[in-house]
Amino acid sequence: MAPRTSAKICGMGHSMKRKEDPRFLQGKGNYIDDFTRPGMLWLDIVRSPIAYGKIVNIDTSKALEIDGVLAVLTGKDLEAYNLHWMPTLMSDTQMVLPTDTVMYQAQEVAGVIATSRYAAADGVAAVEVEYEAMTPVMDPFKALEDDAPVLRTDKEGQEDNLIWHWEAGDKEATDKIFDEADVVVREKMHVPRIHVASIETCGCLADFNPVEGHLTVYMTTQAPHAIRTVLALVAGHVGLSEEKIRVVSPDIGGGFGGKVPVYPGYVIAIAASVVLGKPVKWIEDRMENLQADSFARDYHMDAEVAADASGKIRALRIKTLADHGYADAQAAPSKFPAGLFSICTGSYDMENAYAEVDAVYTNKPPGGVAYRCSFRVTEAVHCLERIVDTLAHKVGKDPAQLREENFIPKEAFPYHSPLGWEYDSGDYQAAMDKAKEMIGYDDLRREQAEKRERGELMGIGVCSFTEVLGAGPSKDFDILGIKMFDSAEVRVHPTGKAIARFGTKSQGQGHETTYAQIIAEELGLPAAHVQVEEGDTDTAPYGLGTYASRSTPTAGAAGVMAARQIREKAAKIAAHLLEVGEEDLEWEPGTFSVKGAPDKSVSIQDCAFAAYTNLPEGMEPGMEATNYYDPPNLTFPFGTYICVVDIDRGTGEVSVRRFVAVDDCGNIINPMIVQGQIHGGLTQGLGPALYEEMTYDEDGNNLAGSFMDYLVPTAVETPAWETGHTVTPSPHHPLGAKGVGESATVGAPPAIANAVVDALAHLGVTHMEIPIRPDRVWGVLNARGVAK
Amino acid sequence: MIPPPFDYHAPGSLEEALTLLGRLDDAKVMSGGQSLLPMLKLRLATPANIVDIGRVPGLDSISEEGGYLRIGALVTETALEENATVAARYPILLDTAKVIADPLVRNRATICGNVAHGDPANDHPATMIALRATMVATGPDGERSIGVDDFFHGLFMTALQPGEILTEIRIPSPGQHSGGAYLKLERKVGDYAVAGAAVHLTLDEEGTVTQAGIGLTNLGMAPIRASAAEEVLTGQHFGDHSGLRGAFRRVREAIARTPSDDELIAAASQAAADATDPVADRRGSVDYKRNMARVLTTRAIHKALERAAARTPAGG
Amino acid sequence: MARHNVTVTVNGEAHTREVDSRLLLVHLIRDELALTGTHIGCDTTHCGACTVLVDGVPTKSCTVLAVQADGAEIGTVEGLAGADGMNALQEGFMQEHGLQCGFCTPGMLMTGTALLAANANPSEAEIREAISGNLCRCTGYVNIVKAVQYAAAKTAADGAGEDN
Repeated sequence: MAPRTSAKICGMGHSMKRKEDPRFLQGKGNYIDDFTRPGMLWLDIVRSPIAYGKIVNIDTSKALEIDGVLAVLTGKDLEAYNLHWMPTLMSDTQMVLPTDTVMYQAQEVAGVIATSRYAAADGVAAVEVEYEAMTPVMDPFKALEDDAPVLRTDKEGQEDNLIWHWEAGDKEATDKIFDEADVVVREKMHVPRIHVASIETCGCLADFNPVEGHLTVYMTTQAPHAIRTVLALVAGHVGLSEEKIRVVSPDIGGGFGGKVPVYPGYVIAIAASVVLGKPVKWIEDRMENLQADSFARDYHMDAEVAADASGKIRALRIKTLADHGYADAQAAPSKFPAGLFSICTGSYDMENAYAEVDAVYTNKPPGGVAYRCSFRVTEAVHCLERIVDTLAHKVGKDPAQLREENFIPKEAFPYHSPLGWEYDSGDYQAAMDKAKEMIGYDDLRREQAEKRERGELMGIGVCSFTEVLGAGPSKDFDILGIKMFDSAEVRVHPTGKAIARFGTKSQGQGHETTYAQIIAEELGLPAAHVQVEEGDTDTAPYGLGTYASRSTPTAGAAGVMAARQIREKAAKIAAHLLEVGEEDLEWEPGTFSVKGAPDKSVSIQDCAFAAYTNLPEGMEPGMEATNYYDPPNLTFPFGTYICVVDIDRGTGEVSVRRFVAVDDCGNIINPMIVQGQIHGGLTQGLGPALYEEMTYDEDGNNLAGSFMDYLVPTAVETPAWETGHTVTPSPHHPLGAKGVGESATVGAPPAIANAVVDALAHLGVTHMEIPIRPDRVWGVLNARGVAK
Repeated sequence: MIPPPFDYHAPGSLEEALTLLGRLDDAKVMSGGQSLLPMLKLRLATPANIVDIGRVPGLDSISEEGGYLRIGALVTETALEENATVAARYPILLDTAKVIADPLVRNRATICGNVAHGDPANDHPATMIALRATMVATGPDGERSIGVDDFFHGLFMTALQPGEILTEIRIPSPGQHSGGAYLKLERKVGDYAVAGAAVHLTLDEEGTVTQAGIGLTNLGMAPIRASAAEEVLTGQHFGDHSGLRGAFRRVREAIARTPSDDELIAAASQAAADATDPVADRRGSVDYKRNMARVLTTRAIHKALERAAARTPAGG
Repeated sequence: MARHNVTVTVNGEAHTREVDSRLLLVHLIRDELALTGTHIGCDTTHCGACTVLVDGVPTKSCTVLAVQADGAEIGTVEGLAGADGMNALQEGFMQEHGLQCGFCTPGMLMTGTALLAANANPSEAEIREAISGNLCRCTGYVNIVKAVQYAAAKTAADGAGEDN
């Protein structure tokens, strides 16, 4: 679709170069560790080496002898202020610092406050903690057995390790279909615990002004406003009421969901600043980040599909065990404890479905966050897209063809899924056709057949996912009761330049550019003249933040609505300036002209000047508007990904030869940025598919606690992604746009896994657990006698 | 991650360095620092003193003289990669350097440091075993040479004594008909080896293997020499089975069941696998690692034979 | 713990500081010299966010002591742009969308600078190998490769122009 605006205005559809880039490219970004304050102190944290045990004694004397170490805060110290615990976003509770028991390895045990980061680190090394170790519960299945020790003895009425049970769909009707179906396939699969591992770790600078009783927290948060409210709720009783708290989220070095939660380190830094009356900075290191910050996924799924003999899917049934670690600290702000897992019926029309999830406590760090996806969508899509391949294999059909035969037809939108979603729009066949054409699907199948004859292992994997994002409609989504709207505040200055502030927070998505383009699209002001600000709770309108690909669907829409309010006012001013009736005006981006007399016109800039200098009688001066947008529905982007892999029969190594991603995210604001989001998402899908996994031994030791073993793909492992798109606008978003940031993370893992399984399908292989490590593949090859 | 406190010393000469090492308690030698500094930051090492030999002159040269390639203590992996003699005559060294850590680390990491660290996961030790290198240690009483087979004693343990510095590695210059290769299986760039195999073969005029060197990486508590595998290959003739010689060979194979090339290489590779003693970890099971020793040895033998065949006598 | 006088020339400007033996070069640059464009992303020398040029050689500054750099010429991201604005590599990153959150970007730029100094026209494989010690979590590397290629092409075109 050709852009409606000129390159000068640079509205929707232009690949505008990013406004934020010059500062990042010249070393002038402002990330959390770049902030400093006179007299600033440093916090470093003593962490538990064991996964479960009693704290017998904490001896701080040697630490306090170190030059520069000023204080050591323990749980007992915080207990005096009732700040030793905090609520999670799921209304569970979590320790800030323990008073008697540690529940996972790397848990915060004490905070050392010192005059430098070096002295603080020495202090941490010198704090002596004596533990009485207990046997941890690491296996979530064992956690539910009758003889398992109850871990959350601090919670009244908690008599086992079950956190909650959730279900969706009609069990009886679904079971009935399974009973009578021609074909039933079943796979058990684990989408393992992973970590976002943004290259910038978390941190904050808490600056309490004891004279004014005012707290400023500079903090790597994706949701500054929500954090301010949480802080006020947690610390209101010690005098920190909401008007005295300012949260500033500066430039963020990658978020991906990991910078949504409140971590104990933040609270300890704030408590230390309040107690000492000095600015206190906390920057976690990589090992702390990987070992203690929120994980993602960790769903054990038992999935079944019922179909007729031709492979027409009739029903889906999934039983899931979710390992939440020591606390349910999910960042899943919906009414559904398992988030949007019920999107699991995906792109396929079926008669019925039933999904259930049991969440359990174990001695692992609490979580989880949605690593670059809407809450639990990745798990759902992986489960479905894997088992659909098992079905194709069972009925002897090409996996692409089987998908096509089961797609929800484009005429069926808006489509009501068996588990209760209303998909806004879709044309799944178009994306499939484009992906097959781009990769040369039929030729690849021929090549595969020839290679199989020669004993070479090559596989082609297909995934046709449906995403659900843009949380969200207030009927279903809130954080601690706060509805999941988002906001924009647009002000046009007398000279026709503008500032636009939003309740979200960019972490690399390029909001300063795309939001400016949205305002440009609606007002006809050059995007270059629109300054975008986010992240400072003192200035930005209240919003719920950026995650779950919600910025464009919510705050972006709010920006549109605010700009439209301004345009309505501008139209009145234009009519006044042109001395005609409003109904006699025509609007082209940037210009009001008189119908039939195009030379009689005024620009939006003229109108802005007049809003301050030459108003119609009775009109309020100024030109600004605020909008809080509560979306009527979520958006449902989709796509088809096709992946080609080659497998080394000697070593089991999988190499991704080609990967084509065709995405449909509705109307596109900035094609360059959308493509960049897809590239990044694909790479964060490649990681979990082949490399990334957070594992523990039975004693509770983290086995992937640094970048030595938590394997983030480099440029060498990452293939040259090929992208394409189709456009099916969202009918309810004011720009027809959908979110896009996370589709690729969701769609890539099953495409890669399906390709590997496809390469081995003739050996009778129907499933491989991710990450598909070389040793796992070799094990399969060796067992089937084909390892070289 | 902050290193513990220590004192730092930067001697300007080898004599000064040795004097410092003799005088200071609990001192650790640092060259490139790419292994030591991460250990300090993790506080896995807490020496009271660090003697940085980075400013000692005369230790940064690579030269081929007197029948040896001599690699000084401060020669970096990058310098090795960029050296024309190494590229032309010691491709196995180039193979090895290129798969160590990542290019930025290799800009500072040294070959001698990689060897002196005594880490069986490091890559150069296996290659030095294959090449039958000699380690030159300099201490208060002067230089002494240590054969590679006497150098590695165990996990982070070597023949280097306190007060000694590994100042040079000497690698015998390859014969006219020789070739070698190092292959490493890693999970991704920057990883230690799941397994690694270094193979260096010296052939006579007729193409018979006169000496075989096979070293293995990260498959035991120390780098491993696969002696039995070397014996399998020694005295064998590979490759060119054309002409009269080939005809004889085929007849011998038929009558006396002389093993074929592939059978010999498979036997050697199995012997290499049998020499390993790996532990199961996130890189794989014991069975997997043993098999990878076998697979990599096979591939390295083939590559070494190819290289030996490709070398022209004039080019050396 | 001994203190040492260290003189480094950073982006052409000489600085002398008295530092502890154990001070890491990255902390000298960030905390003492307030050049915060150089970042820290890991503890184990894997991520490359701290990459600077030490006498022209791209180096992970979290794995070098400040005292080791005494007398060295250090290049950081702050020194790349000239009086006439961003250089060809910076421009390439902007034109090809080679950055998103920007955190790994300074390290990528310094590695890319050294690569182009040694190899004016690197292949895609050479670029990918050269940046394999710099982790990026946002871009998927495709556009970083293109950014380096952009700079190579622009520099070649500018050079050809000067020859005429």
